[in-house]
Amino acid sequence: MSADTPTLLDRQFLTMRAKLLELAADWDRLERGGELAGNDSRLEQLRDAVRVLLEESRPRAEKVQTIFSRRYDPSWRSAMNI
Amino acid sequence: MDYIDPHIHMVSRITDDYETLARMGCVAISEPAFWAGFDRGSVDGFRDYFRQLTQVEPRRAAQYGIAHFTWLCINAKEAENVTLSREVIAMIPEFLDAPNVLGIGEIGLNKNTKNEATVFLEHLELAVTHRQSVLIHTPHLEDKYQGTRMILDMLCDDSRIDRGRVLVDHVEEHTIGPVLDAGFWAGMTLYPVTKCTPARAADMVEQFGSERLMVNSAGDWGPSKPTAVPDFIFEMRSRGHSESLIRKIVYENPLEFFRQSEHFDWQPRA
Ligand SMILES: [Zn+2]
Repeated sequence: MSADTPTLLDRQFLTMRAKLLELAADWDRLERGGELAGNDSRLEQLRDAVRVLLEESRPRAEKVQTIFSRRYDPSWRSAMNI
Repeated sequence: MDYIDPHIHMVSRITDDYETLARMGCVAISEPAFWAGFDRGSVDGFRDYFRQLTQVEPRRAAQYGIAHFTWLCINAKEAENVTLSREVIAMIPEFLDAPNVLGIGEIGLNKNTKNEATVFLEHLELAVTHRQSVLIHTPHLEDKYQGTRMILDMLCDDSRIDRGRVLVDHVEEHTIGPVLDAGFWAGMTLYPVTKCTPARAADMVEQFGSERLMVNSAGDWGPSKPTAVPDFIFEMRSRGHSESLIRKIVYENPLEFFRQSEHFDWQPRA
């Protein structure tokens, strides 16, 4: 298995810090570009994904993937007549 | 460490890449038929492509001591043209006896349309009729979850399909569970921006185990890194994982999967 949490935090702290800074700067850059004409659902997806990071429960990566995914309808075969 | 890249498109790569792969420890690759970046105009375009995959690439790979295997199909993107797809599917048996052909692939879905699903099912029919293994492409980004579930539905509805001979590729955190739970093989593709990083692939190994799991570079004509599998090996080592666990994922698992194909008689180097 992978290392314990203190070891992982030592190893990952700087890269996690760097990724957060990068995202913060990305968002600032988006805002400096002015207002969007109309709503763009991608912005809402990005905000929802950040909220997942703040939650205390796993699996965060899978939850973020779901936010960026189209819905699956189990009855697709009859809907498509296949 | 010797390794196998089970999904890489070498027709799109330069010969220098073969040399780099060989220096990195790559001993065998498998190359599924895919989209060339443009839609081909006729069945003869695919016939020529299949000649390249079964005759030209194996020779180019052999110069660097790499064994080259391949999979044949019309990819999901061009499958939107059902008429052309049927012509290609009817032509594929001409090549099924070539010594490096492992099966049918990479079939699958792209935008999850009715035409794509129709052609996917006709490819499955071909695979069952000719007792071929199957390599499956799952869609990109927002279409992946829906498309993967549709693919699993079609596979699981057909009792003739041997799930141990099907590899569902490009799995990520939201699709790996359903694929492995249903008894299929799963492939993780190492594309940093649109698919999976070496770190996230290692995370999935830690959470899902190493049974029926492989990693690949899917190196092609787009942004991709043909040496991504060695990056994964490096990531696993840096986490302290055993050489035997790493070797299982990058070498023994692909071998075990390929060995089910009729033509696969490759002998590992001594
Ligand atoms: Zn591919």
